[in-house]
This record gives sequence, C-alpha cells and structure tokens, in this order.
Amino acid sequence: MTPSPHRELGLTDSEFELIQAKLGREPNGVELAMFSLLWSEHCAYKHSRKLLRRLPTEGERVVMGPGENAGAVSIGEGHAIAFKVESHNHPSAVEPFQGAATGVGGILRDVFALGARPIAILDSLRFGELDSVRSRHLLDGAVRGIGHYGNSIGVPTVGGEIYFEPPYEHNCLVNAMCVGIAERDGMVRAAAAGVGNAVILIGASTGRDGIGGASVLASAELGEGDDAKRPTVQIGDPFEESKVLECCLELLGKGLLVSLQDLGAAGLTSSASEMASAGGVGIDVDVAKVPLREADMEPFEIMVSESQERMLAVVEPGRVAEVIAVCEKWQTGGAEIGAITGSGLVRVLRGGEVAGEMPVEALVDGCPLYDLEPAEPDGWIYGNRVSLRAGATPAETLLALLGSASVASKRWAFEQYDSIVGSRTAQRPESADAAVLAIPEADAAIAISIDGNGRRVACDPYAGTVEAVLECAQNLACAGAEPLGLTNCLNFGNPEKPAPAWQLDRSVQGLADACEALGVPVVGGNVSLYNEGPEGPIYPTPVVGMVGELRDAELASPSAFVAEGDAIALLGPFEPTLEGSELAKQRGELDAGLPQPDIAAVAAACAAVRDAVRAGKLASAHDVSDGGLACALAEAAIGAGLGCSVDLQHLRERGCSPEEALFGEGSGGFIVSGDRDALEALASNGVAVLHLGKVGGVTIEVAAGDRSLSVPLGEAETAWRSLSAQAERNPA
Amino acid sequence: MRWGVVQFPGSCDERDALHACELAGGEARLVWHESRDLDGIDAIVVPGGFSYGDYLRAGSIARFSPAMEAVAEFAAAGGPVLGICNGFQVLCETDLLPGALLVNESLRFVCRQVELQVAGETLSIPAKHGEGRYWAPEAMLDELESNGQVAFRYAPGHNPNGSLRDIAGVRNEAGNVLGLMPHPEHAVDAMTGSTDGLRVFEFVAGALA
Repeated sequence: MTPSPHRELGLTDSEFELIQAKLGREPNGVELAMFSLLWSEHCAYKHSRKLLRRLPTEGERVVMGPGENAGAVSIGEGHAIAFKVESHNHPSAVEPFQGAATGVGGILRDVFALGARPIAILDSLRFGELDSVRSRHLLDGAVRGIGHYGNSIGVPTVGGEIYFEPPYEHNCLVNAMCVGIAERDGMVRAAAAGVGNAVILIGASTGRDGIGGASVLASAELGEGDDAKRPTVQIGDPFEESKVLECCLELLGKGLLVSLQDLGAAGLTSSASEMASAGGVGIDVDVAKVPLREADMEPFEIMVSESQERMLAVVEPGRVAEVIAVCEKWQTGGAEIGAITGSGLVRVLRGGEVAGEMPVEALVDGCPLYDLEPAEPDGWIYGNRVSLRAGATPAETLLALLGSASVASKRWAFEQYDSIVGSRTAQRPESADAAVLAIPEADAAIAISIDGNGRRVACDPYAGTVEAVLECAQNLACAGAEPLGLTNCLNFGNPEKPAPAWQLDRSVQGLADACEALGVPVVGGNVSLYNEGPEGPIYPTPVVGMVGELRDAELASPSAFVAEGDAIALLGPFEPTLEGSELAKQRGELDAGLPQPDIAAVAAACAAVRDAVRAGKLASAHDVSDGGLACALAEAAIGAGLGCSVDLQHLRERGCSPEEALFGEGSGGFIVSGDRDALEALASNGVAVLHLGKVGGVTIEVAAGDRSLSVPLGEAETAWRSLSAQAERNPA
Repeated sequence: MRWGVVQFPGSCDERDALHACELAGGEARLVWHESRDLDGIDAIVVPGGFSYGDYLRAGSIARFSPAMEAVAEFAAAGGPVLGICNGFQVLCETDLLPGALLVNESLRFVCRQVELQVAGETLSIPAKHGEGRYWAPEAMLDELESNGQVAFRYAPGHNPNGSLRDIAGVRNEAGNVLGLMPHPEHAVDAMTGSTDGLRVFEFVAGALA
C-alpha cells in the first residue's frame, strides 16, 4: 500500500477529499498537519459535539459558558468563579509525572486566560489495581507530577478522588480541574478582534516537544527519521508558568489585552485558528518571529508544537511596547508574531514567504460531525475478579471494603499536595465532603466537589452518570452549598465502536437530565475518547466537577462525628442495593444494571441538608457512597476518633436485606449527627429521617439482624489508612 | 511596625505573609527581588514558595538577588528577619542562619498540620515542603542547643521530614534572624485551621523591643 500521509495523521479518505474541496487544491505539508490536528476528535469533538448539544448551558448566574477557555459563574460583588476540568490521560499513561504535571499546567492556563487568578486544583484519577507494578508506577508518578506543578506554582490542591479498577490498567485517567476568581470587569474572552491588531506570543520558547501525530508527517514527507522519535510528551516548568500567570494577570489588570488564549493541544495551530474563528477575523502568524528553543524548526513543527507555558494575546498596536515591558518585568517571553486581518484566512508565513493559507472556517468548523452508531451491549462486557473470601463475616467484609484502595483514605496522596496556600482553604481534603474555600472578595465562600464512579456508569451509563451529578450535589449540600455550575470531562472508549458509543450516548443523556432537574448549568467541559487497552475500553467515566456557593465558610459541616453522645440519623431517599457496589466488585459479581435514582427526591434531601447546615443544626454531615452505610459510618467515626453504635432496623423496613443495608450503594443517603430532636425536626416535605443510634465508645457497632457487626475503631482505622502501604509496596 | 515581604519570581506565600503581618499588627509591603530599597521597614519576612523555581537547590539562586543583599545588610545591622519555609532555605543558603535543609526523609512533599514546641508553648501550625529536613554537623547542633539557638522543635511524633533533633526552626547567634519550615502565616485565622502562627510574628516584633 502506498503511504498516504493523511491516513497516518488520522484523517479519513473522505475527510481528506473534503479538505481538498475546501481549499480547491492539494494541501501542503503545513496545511495537512494543521487540518489533521484541528479535525481530530480532541479539537473538533466530531463524535461528541452533537451529543453535547443536549446539555443545559444557561442560567442566571452563568457569566461564560462552553466555548470559552473555561466556564464562569457569578459569585456576587462584581466577581465570578471560573472553572474547568480537562483530561491528560494518554500523556500520563506514557509518562505519568510529566503527563499529570502538564495536565495541571494546562488547566491553570485555561483559567487565567479568562483573567481569573487560579485558587484551587482538584484531580480525578483512575488506575488499575495496586497489585500491578504498572499501576503503582502510574499512581506514584501522577501524584508526584500533580504535586510538583501545583505546589510549585502556589495554587492549592484541595480535593479529588482516585479509583482503582482493572479496566484502567493500560489506560489510566488523569483529569485536572482548576477553579479561579476574577473581577467580572477584568475578564476577557478568547475571541480575536480588531483588524490590524498585533498577535503576541507570551511565555516559554517553542521547541519540538509535544509534536504528536505530526511527527509522523516528518518521517513521511520530510524524511527526517530521527525527529520522528522525539518524545511526544510535553515537559512542564511550573516556574515559567508562575511568571506567565503573574504576567498575564498584570497585563489584564492594566487593560492591555484585547483577548487572550492559552496554547494547549495543537499549540499555535489551534489557539490562532480558534481565536480568529471566534472573532470572525483572519490571522497571520509569522513563524520566523516565534522564539525557538531548537534551531532549524520547520514551519509545521512551530505551528503544532505543544511546548508548555505559552499564551497568545491580541493587543492594539499602540500598546505592544507596554505589553513587552510587562513580559520583561516577569522575565518571560513576549514576541509579536503576527496580526489580525480581515482576510478570513489563517496564513502561516516564514518571513516573506507563505507556508500555508487556509480559510479559518474550513479549519475550525469544517470538520464533518458524525452521528454515533450506538448499540447496547449484551450484558456485562467487563471482567470480574474475586478478592473477598467466600463466607467472610460482616466485620471482615467491612475491613475489606475500608481497605480497598478505592474506598481507603487518600491521605497518602493529598499530603503530597499543598492544600492551604492562598489562605482560603476552610475545609482541607477529607475534613468535609466538599472542599470549602473562602471568597472574601465577594463576602462569600465556595464548595467544590469532583466525582464519577466509572464502575457504576459501566453498570448503567444513564443511572451511573445521574448518580455522579447527584453525588456532587450531595457533597456540596454537606458543606451547606447550593450548586452554581458544573464542568465535566467525558472519558470513554472508542466512539466508533457500538458499545462505547452507546455508553457515551446514555451517559450524556443522564448528565443532561440530572443537570436539568437540579437546575445546574454545564458551563464547560472536555471529551477524551479512544481510551482503550488491549482488553477493551475503560469503564465509561464521566467526571463531574461542581461548584457551589455558601454564605459562611465556617458553617460548613465536617464529615466526621464531633461529640460523644450525639445522635446519628440517616437522611434522604436512600434505597441501597448491591448492584455495582464495591462489595459486588470484591465478590466478582458485577453485572449490567442499576436502579434508577429519583433525582427530585435526592434534590429535596440535598436542600434539607443544605438548610440544616446553614442554620448550624448539624454537628456533621457525610454522604453515603462507596462501600455503603457501614463504610460511611466508619469514615465518620475514624475521622473523629470516636466509635458509634447504630441499628439499621428502620432502614431494613424499606425492604433491604441486612447486607444491602450495611454495604449496599445508591444515591440520596446522608449520615448526619447532632442533637436528636434537631435531627428529627429535619423530616419534612417528604424528606425521610431515620434515627440510627449515637456517637461514642471505641468500636463501630452496627446491628443489622443476622449480619450485625462490631469492629474496634483501631482496626477499622488501620484498614482505612492502608493506601500508603498498598501504593509503596515493592514489586513482589 | 512596618513589615517588608520579599517577593521573588516563584514565591508562593508572599500574599499570605503580607496578610499575616497586617493581622499581627502594622503595615506591610512587598519588596521586589530586584530592589535594594528597604527604606522605612522595621522587619523583613522572606516568604515561602519556590524562588526562581528552586532549580539547582532550594534557595540557592535567591541568595544572589539584590533584595537579599539588602536583607543581609539589614540583618547585620540588627534588623529582625523571619524566613519561612523557602525563606528559611534562602537564609541558610545566605549564611544568615546555620545548617541546611535537605530533602525530606520520605523523599516526598508533605503537607500536614504539626505541633511545634517553642519556649514552653505548643503551637499548631501547618508544614508543607519537600526539602525541610534540618541538618547540621553534630558539633554545630550541640553548639546551637547550648546557645539557645534552637527556636522551634517538632513535638514528639510531629517531625514530618526527619529533621535532626526534631529541629523545626533556628535563630542566629544575635537572635534577630529566625527561620522555620512550618508556615505561621497559614495559622492566623481560625477559619483556615489555627491562629497560633500569630505568636511567631509576635516573637519577631518582640525582637525589636
């Protein structure tokens, strides 16, 4: 077969023909490289854009929605909270430290590109089981990488989640979310504007790092075989980014920029084209003016390089000198590399010579959008592994669940992150269900949560995704926060295959329905498809990040019990089953199907908890999640260093078996503690409150008929704190 | 009381330190790393972060900045100087304080609340660093102890990094230069965890009296 460069770059024959038709000629190498990147799934969302139209994106608090560098919602007093989550999965699977570090760097740039100062990072990570050397290597590298970048740049990492499941063994997930604060008057959009305005490249110099698909072009067309072997993973420099961040915020604060955009995937190609497209203008970029870190780079290499820590700004001609002076103050690069034109073209120049010339519209919006061909698979398409001994007692089962790496305390990871820099962190990791940050600028506070249990989404993509949204809402409620907006990262397998296509379709529908019902707008997001290993696709993993508002950070409830003698109650429409649960996983009994959550009933329970927290009526609040009620109780007890004694008889009257009551999972459950009368007074408007027992003693005692258990607090804590031993064990 | 907080490229905690100085009483302003101007400043804070990226070795580049040259003169004239975390590392690199800060025994960055013992008091203050293991030759440690230069020790069970003799912070022989790894500027508000850090700023202000 003759080599066809467009195929090697991931374009189909019909896409290539469309490009030829739009140009009216053959694309040259530079143009083909640029088209191949902008027409990739990553940039064009060609398999997901139609689905994403289902998501509700409007709300009265929305300041910026999808299509900008990040979404933003109003927090009052002239301020907005900007946030976005993005994946860096494939780079992290190749080189976890740099992959995760540059994932953090990239999402930080998205947020400060709006003019927002980043104030928090959260991460959602997925790996294979920790009995695999590869998974331990990936976990260690990703955690170090996140810490390296976030700690060094002085933005606190305040929360996150980590799950360990076999389908992520070869394709780990690293999703990073950044939250920032901006003055609404100082925010900018990414749209280029003003014919004749200058285009300034700010930040690091440009090298050959991060040239992915295009390096194939190098070997195919230019015959430089060695260059094709260059590493395709970008290298992060948080110190450079720290200077670029301060520089950009100073430039925006002085009103010197017309617009600003970060350079992420596809580098200058995507940032220049997308800025021009958003503004309805053309853009000229002269690659001869781009500061390079390697000599003799080809124009296409400069255009597609993914060198980190770079921003593209549009500046009025009369202010260029002032802009360059601020860049010099911060000891970072600032070079005028082009201009905004009225041509409607992206032109790549090298000195006087035109190296590429394409209509903006063809590059950015010309890619065909595809309909999926979804088909529901026949039953459970993933494997099952038994890890729990048959006949394990209820106490042994509780310890096995608490000791599961997915359920266990993530202290080992979050202690490697600076969670307090910035003096806003009112609730540190694991002290409350959501991270809580003070926003004194607006005399307010925010709570942030990030969730997405891929295993449950695999069981039922629709219900599992609804649950992910509900879990975020529940976490926020425990902090006393009302949701303002949501961002998401859809991590799925190959959308060209029927089963992942079906998962994606159902999941997006669940996301849309849950957001609609809760009245939470989706203000931004990211899609990561083609996440597959040799054994098939990953669990479908929609990661949901939610930001909510609370009036007083000091009123946010802790997750852990507080005082001996406090009453414990279960609040909400919790109807636990073993389907898709951690226990079903450990027993090797996973199968397709989940009960459908009652979104309205969970929303009512969230409102009841939120109001109670705000009124200071609860000593603690913790949502029931992985490992069920028994694990939620144990977590609240361990965190307090206090035992508890409860009876699940009332819950069993909802029709649960003792085992389902103990370890079953599902949406809508809150463990609350405090004054018994105050807890019982919360029952209203159809929100159920079941008295369970009280805080105290040195054991976790749970009466559940013939499955009752009693576990010493110390044993439970040892199991729950076992992640460091699991993560750091040496190869067998 | 007028505080100056040195700001290097790569500083992270300078705004937090500024805020803490104001809470501790007085005015505070940033001192840009390229400036030698400490006019009107009564006490200096060298804050935490990753000055100049902390490439090569933590604090090793910052010592050559114009601001640190001015701080060294300020200290030599008896002016009070507080170095926090990276600032402590910078002061050790500048030879304003004895000893060195090595990579944590765990080889990992650690962020946790620790208890510090100082002059009969116990303070709850967060620590967060990757290179905070205090080290000095045994003879120097003996000398520091006999001179009363060990200003802060981690309470038993709270040493997060393997520091020798649980040393969390030291002062110079004259007593006007103080450095510690934990972050008192992050313990000035009950909402974010503790107000014990204000005591550290009071010690520095007290050195003026």
